Amino acid sequence: MFHWLEKHPFFFAVGVFIAIAFAGLIEILPNFAQASRPVIGTAPYSTLELAGRHVYIKNSCNACHSQLVRPFKSETDRYGHYSLSGEYAYDRPFLWGSKRTGPDLMRVGNYRTTDWHENHMKDPHSVVPGSIMPAYKWLFTNKADIDTVYAEQLTVAQHFSVPYNQDVPMRDGSVKNVKMAQSLSEAHEIALEEAKAVAVDMKDQDVKDAVSRGEIPEIVALIAYMNSLK
Amino acid sequence: MENRPLEYDYTIAKMFMLTTIVLGIVGMLIGVILAFQLAFPGLNLILGDNLAEYTNFSRLRPLHTDAVIFGFTLSGVFATWYYVGQRVLKVSMAESKLLMTIGKLHFWLYLAVVAAAVFSLFAGVTTSKEYAEFEWPIDIGVVVVWVLFGMSMFGLIGIRREKSLYISVWYYIATFLGIAMLYLFNNMEIPTMFATSPAGETGIGAWYHSVSMYAGTNDALVQWWYGHNAVAFGFTVPIVAMIYYFLPKESGQAIYSYKLSLLSFWGLMFVYLWAGGHHLLYSTVPDWMQTMGSIFSIILILPSWGSAINMLLTMKGEWQQVAASPLIKFMILASTFYMFSTLEGPIQAIKSVNAIAHFTDWIVGHVHDGVLGWVGFMIMAALYHMAPRVFKREIYSKAIMTAQFWIQTLGVVLYFTSMWIAGITQGMMWRAHDEFGNLAYSFIDTVTVLHPYYAIRGVGGLLYLVGFLMFAYNIYKTMSSRPVEERELQSASPMGA
Repeated sequence: MFHWLEKHPFFFAVGVFIAIAFAGLIEILPNFAQASRPVIGTAPYSTLELAGRHVYIKNSCNACHSQLVRPFKSETDRYGHYSLSGEYAYDRPFLWGSKRTGPDLMRVGNYRTTDWHENHMKDPHSVVPGSIMPAYKWLFTNKADIDTVYAEQLTVAQHFSVPYNQDVPMRDGSVKNVKMAQSLSEAHEIALEEAKAVAVDMKDQDVKDAVSRGEIPEIVALIAYMNSLK
Repeated sequence: MENRPLEYDYTIAKMFMLTTIVLGIVGMLIGVILAFQLAFPGLNLILGDNLAEYTNFSRLRPLHTDAVIFGFTLSGVFATWYYVGQRVLKVSMAESKLLMTIGKLHFWLYLAVVAAAVFSLFAGVTTSKEYAEFEWPIDIGVVVVWVLFGMSMFGLIGIRREKSLYISVWYYIATFLGIAMLYLFNNMEIPTMFATSPAGETGIGAWYHSVSMYAGTNDALVQWWYGHNAVAFGFTVPIVAMIYYFLPKESGQAIYSYKLSLLSFWGLMFVYLWAGGHHLLYSTVPDWMQTMGSIFSIILILPSWGSAINMLLTMKGEWQQVAASPLIKFMILASTFYMFSTLEGPIQAIKSVNAIAHFTDWIVGHVHDGVLGWVGFMIMAALYHMAPRVFKREIYSKAIMTAQFWIQTLGVVLYFTSMWIAGITQGMMWRAHDEFGNLAYSFIDTVTVLHPYYAIRGVGGLLYLVGFLMFAYNIYKTMSSRPVEERELQSASPMGA
């Protein structure tokens, strides 16, 4: 049979394809729907949080930081509760990372503050002596791209039924309603409101001034995202 | 019929040889910079504060991985295909104008996509998925390039004189199919520019932005099914294709066992794809998938070692060639590193080992003993074998080859040994508890302790880069300062001159 295949490239290619496609079908498909359901307490990202997520991706933070707490005592001691599949239901793309040059950030919002992040991104050594992380000063001047964030929110709400403007259940029994704008200008307003809430706790005068002018520096968005990771 | 050897046309092979070398230098140089940035963080500012955004570790890291995978390695795969393909199929590219056109188009579009990719990654336009960072416009470019590669491959197979496909061709076909399937499914994404707001606005935001069709755990599963097997079909399958052709050619020995090559090929095809789950051990994907990934990773030793042993036994009775010829040295070391790396991988895929190894530098070490030791050495060997034949000139210097071999071998050894120590040290420190059950170390303790190993790794990487520059120089001098032979060299070998 193999000799015959080696003389018939088409059937050879078909054979190879069947051999390699088999595993994906068995391993990936069966659990697909199950794995995409959110757990209680997981809400979609707000406009500014999503903008911060874009900043995180743009700077490849995931090259050094994971967002996956494994079920070991040493990890739950260090980072908090181990990760649950449903907590990632709105993560497109997933940001688990594959290398912890720096610590895991899955629940960084539980134990770091706006103030800490501001100092850290400007000069990591000021809060973590011995850190090998570079400073990210350009985040203080670059502006967050709210337009693209809004386009993404519209896309996921339409194609993947992400529940914006709907009540989603929280762990304490309350409900949360994450607002998505009806128009681009409203999206900017929503993001700016969120940005003001973050900038209040920041020290950098240029950032504060920018926010009061109606601009959103990337650092503000990134901190909003960091604070939402719980 | 005329009784003279076929004149093969190496136009396209030469072009891809050039990009193999240039992109190899780029990818490895960025790698060395990254390595030293981890040891000496001040280097994140090598071009000053104003350009810090473009020279810092996180922005450069995808450029390194993609330059080595899609630049250096893929160019090497294409270069060798346009050389090996003609020879084992006994047909010249020049016999078909259409194929030549497709081949040239393949090269130039490839170059355009590479340029676009470099530009976009520097700008921070990325999907964040490892080795699939490109946004949808570049993805479409990649697909077009790949289809052209397929057309030129199957076109050549279609007009072949030798009816039976040689082992190398099996692997090239598998490379084409595997990458096509993986790349398509992992990059399923929806461009956000098509969204319409309730207020009727369209074309909002960056036109190149997209959102993944999969979320969270599913996205991770598809990504590592891709990520692991991009390694399979980019770093393993086509490199095996090369060694099956170049080792017998260079050594004058026949392949040791046809049956073993058959077993290894079909075994590799079937088993490899299952093993992706070992990237997700102890994550939120279902336990049975993790276990499958673990088990199949161990089974994977069989087909991997099958190929490697087949190569080593091909040298049976001719081991003096390893001492005599630097080119044989490269290939034998490559297959040895292949064995080593395909044993190390399955060990790391065992759940209890993975609990320590995952997220640490041990994984980085594993990737690099595979890529530097196996992929890099084999591609350089292939180009060294091809150069005298495509340029009709003898290799410029054997002394450089030998020196390069030892410098790079030392570099690889420094690289993986330092990363083993770094990885296991860090993995053990993360999990250490004191006598009261509290964590023994804060995270930063587990970072500062790695400094000496990061420095050693940087030196290892630098040595490898130096060796690669010697290789580039040697090829350049071969092209430019050696006399042109009248005919294509039929049995040229660096040691034959």
